[in-house]
Amino acid sequence: MKIDRRSFLALSIGSTAGIHLTPLPWKLMDDMSIWTQNWPWTPVPQDGAASYVNSVCGLCTAGCGIRVRKIENRAVKIEGLPGHPVNDGRICSLGLSGLQLLYGGTRVKTPLKRIGERGAGQWQKISWKQVIDEISKKLSEQRKSGNPQTLGAICNSDRGTTSHLLNRFLTVYGSPNFLRTPSVQSSYEIATTIMNGSSGTVGFDLENSDYILSFGSGLLDGWVSPVRMIRAHSIWKDKKARVVQIEPRLSHTAAKADQWIAIKPGTNAALALGIAHVIIKEKLYDKNFVEKYGFGFEEWKDEKGQTHKGFKQSVLENYTPANVAEITGIDVAAIISVAKDFAKSAKPVALCGSGDGGAPVNLNEMMAVHALNALKGAINNKGGLQIVPNPDYILWPESEMDKTASKGIQTERVDGAGGKKYAQARSLLNRLPEVINASSESPLQTLLVYNANPIYTMADSVAVKEAFSKIPLIVSFSPYMDETASYSDYILPNHTYLERYEDSATPYGSVQQLISLARPVVDPLFNTKQTGDVIISLAKAMGGHIAKAFPWKNYRACLEKTLGDKWKTLAEHGYIVAKKDKAPDTASAKFDFAAQAVNTDSKNDAVAPADFKPADLDGDVTAFPLVLIPYDTMRLASGFVGTPPFVIKTVGDYILKENDSCVDINPQTAAKLGLTEGNKVILTTPKNKASVRVHLSEGILPGLIALPRGLGHSAYDKFLAGKGVNFNALYAPMTDPVSGLDMTWGVRAKISKA
Amino acid sequence: MKNNHNNGKAKKFGMVIDLDKCTGCGSCMVACMSENNVPFKADETDKRLSITWMLVYKLNNGKSHPDYDECYLPRPCMQCEGDHGHSPCVSVCPAVATDYSHETGIVSQIYTRCFGCRYCMAACPYHARYFNWWDPAWPADMEKYLSPNVSPRMRGIVEKCGFCFHRYQLAMDKAYYEGRDELEEGEYQTSCTQACPAGAIVFGDLNNPKHAVHKIALPDSKHGGRPKNPNAFRLLERLGTNPKVYYLSSRKWVRDSGDNYRPDEK
Ligand code: SF4
Ligand code: SF4
Ligand code: SF4
Repeated sequence: MKIDRRSFLALSIGSTAGIHLTPLPWKLMDDMSIWTQNWPWTPVPQDGAASYVNSVCGLCTAGCGIRVRKIENRAVKIEGLPGHPVNDGRICSLGLSGLQLLYGGTRVKTPLKRIGERGAGQWQKISWKQVIDEISKKLSEQRKSGNPQTLGAICNSDRGTTSHLLNRFLTVYGSPNFLRTPSVQSSYEIATTIMNGSSGTVGFDLENSDYILSFGSGLLDGWVSPVRMIRAHSIWKDKKARVVQIEPRLSHTAAKADQWIAIKPGTNAALALGIAHVIIKEKLYDKNFVEKYGFGFEEWKDEKGQTHKGFKQSVLENYTPANVAEITGIDVAAIISVAKDFAKSAKPVALCGSGDGGAPVNLNEMMAVHALNALKGAINNKGGLQIVPNPDYILWPESEMDKTASKGIQTERVDGAGGKKYAQARSLLNRLPEVINASSESPLQTLLVYNANPIYTMADSVAVKEAFSKIPLIVSFSPYMDETASYSDYILPNHTYLERYEDSATPYGSVQQLISLARPVVDPLFNTKQTGDVIISLAKAMGGHIAKAFPWKNYRACLEKTLGDKWKTLAEHGYIVAKKDKAPDTASAKFDFAAQAVNTDSKNDAVAPADFKPADLDGDVTAFPLVLIPYDTMRLASGFVGTPPFVIKTVGDYILKENDSCVDINPQTAAKLGLTEGNKVILTTPKNKASVRVHLSEGILPGLIALPRGLGHSAYDKFLAGKGVNFNALYAPMTDPVSGLDMTWGVRAKISKA
Repeated sequence: MKNNHNNGKAKKFGMVIDLDKCTGCGSCMVACMSENNVPFKADETDKRLSITWMLVYKLNNGKSHPDYDECYLPRPCMQCEGDHGHSPCVSVCPAVATDYSHETGIVSQIYTRCFGCRYCMAACPYHARYFNWWDPAWPADMEKYLSPNVSPRMRGIVEKCGFCFHRYQLAMDKAYYEGRDELEEGEYQTSCTQACPAGAIVFGDLNNPKHAVHKIALPDSKHGGRPKNPNAFRLLERLGTNPKVYYLSSRKWVRDSGDNYRPDEK
């Protein structure tokens, strides 16, 4: 019999029964309790000198400031950095768990080369020298074939020096195929390009808004800048700003909102136009703004002299509250009252991009919602959307190109972004699987993956895997053994964000222009390398004009040089708020209600802001009578970082139970299907099927099923792998005909008892 | 009596949690785990076995759509004072492993004394106490992030929130070093208070009329600390546990869910 501490203590209690009247047994008990707790398998954390290092969180694109508490050379706690413009000392659960990623069991500790089948998990350790040698040789050979555009890269951002180095490498190599992970920001970019004629990005001045009309944006569910949004919410509570949340499921955002409007999914654009109808009809719009900046509000003539209906007339004709009520399932009175409240507020703003903003929105909806902002002058005004210039501190000399490079860079992008069909798009990663799978030989022969986990995050996992299997060489820079790293040929592990220097430029959604500097909180634990250094080494190994384009000794030298006189301040202070030395972008001070850029007669796919086109969901209604929608929660990370153990622990048992994802279903729908709480069922979509459990919720419209994003990982460790279902495995993307982005908001589904 | 001149006088540390602001994000839960060396295991979905000193509950009003409503309620240990320090849990512990401090108002948990009888767990009406059914394990290099200020617990003992008491000790050490015996309001704050993105948690000395917690909750010392703020309430007020965690809500149904009422009451 194994005597552990408990049975040992229990035994001693038994033997002392009967002499209860003396204090002795309790004293003995106490001593024994103390003694047994010194048994060697409970760790005793070593004490030592405490210190703090200030840095930036690297786990999402919000760029919160962090301060990390250290004991000697161990990092023991991450906290928010007081005074930082994004989060002022506050921090989200993911950011708090960063040390579990740093010290956890999913790190890639040294460069690895695949030896078994792809994805079989058989690796060989390889030295940095040799791996750079092997990859640079392969790249040189590939380039000699005269098709340098077959090199591609996937990255979560096009900002900051590491992304720029990667992009520069592609350029001098001769490839335009730098692919950025899509998000709601991609949709905002396209909308501002079309309607404001500006290439800047959108910042949200929400702290100053007094009426927030959110078309499903999960402001409290991780949207764009999670900590900043929750802070803004508290400001709204204090000053009694009103929040109206429009979505079919009661998310945390909806639960905290002053008004929840449960809308039929996929009909947001119609509601926005219905609201516009009321505002225009009642003459409640900002006449001054519309007359001064607006184009196409009234009837207009194109270059050929042809007359077109204005936005005003189209909306008045087609989107009466009665019509809109029919489409959206919201009653007429509610539409009218929301429209009036919105219009009568001093600083209202309308937002779209559902959930945590990880997915784009269809252009229709984006333009309709954007038009609401224009009607109230909430563009480049306090409390509204601000068009912020792109960061411009990375000013490297133009790189020399050889013939191969000049030719390659001219080829059309593999994803069609910026081409004839999708002229306004900058990157369309979502189209990649479709393009690769449609060709006999993959148009990408080598793929570099940095700060991205496309095999997990992209729609239709089966198609994505098929496409990736056709790419002969995949190189991952991931510090963690994620799905994409597991499926690559080489892993060149980056340091984690807590072990490296790296700049991070103005986070998406920020009104302020900000540069932050991440710095090593601890020395690198393993044989890893900053990806910037790896790119520089690769370039040097390739020689010629490619090496010349990277004149820096190493990444650190490049960073210091690039930041110039800002380096000192950044190294001391951690972040800089750029002075608003630039005059407001005058080009963006206009608003094209007609969206002429995409709405010309020569185009069959013409789409005007005043249009609502119901999207047809994949699948047959009789076979799949229900509609499955995804949802996001602050307690699950669904992007390129996996959810750490502490955060998984906070997930409710109505979201994850044992290894099953739970789906929200309205009790009415469940009753019709004969289902009760906790039932195990098979969820089937036209793409895939999965086993899930039923969670009854009054917070979802009948006929719908909602599945949380962020589960269903096959990679990582036992704290995450094999738990639940990945929504991305269950649907096929729908390409927006004009923007080219994925506009899926749901998929038809059915449920049957397991 | 002139006890306001009394330096180093008794504190009653407490919290006010604004449920109008709390978004249920769960940061406070993780802030607590990462501050206090709380263990974790592969499956944490059986919530009776999952150690969460701070736990965010999801309440609802029991109605159907469209009247259905939800609210999130973070629950640390309430540091019950009971009647003169007779907290429900303290009163039953045979090993004096948990004690009520009249100096701070915090209910301590002394791991080295606990031998795991779990009487206190049965006594606590707030499910604030947790039992270590397994020895903790920190896989890979995770032992490196353990804080030396909080000792890791082993199998067979009970643990709970102690308002990050080690932070009080660290702050007092610093104050003594600087020749002070009183802390500023901001000098001692719990990890959850500090992290909460919403700023929904306010922490301080309920005895100190200058502290925000006092000003918001307006505890009535003649009535066991019951709040005078009409939007404030405590959980299970009628049990007489005299907790030091106050909640604020502008919604009546939320305030009403803080206690058990018969259908015919009120
Ligand atoms: S919001 Fe993003 S950047 Fe901020 S702490 Fe959380 S993960 Fe990090
Ligand atoms: S951290 Fe704050 S907002 Fe988040 S659940 Fe806790 S109390 Fe609520
Ligand atoms: S909440 Fe429970 S554990 Fe905390 S003091 Fe009260 S009775 Fe004791």
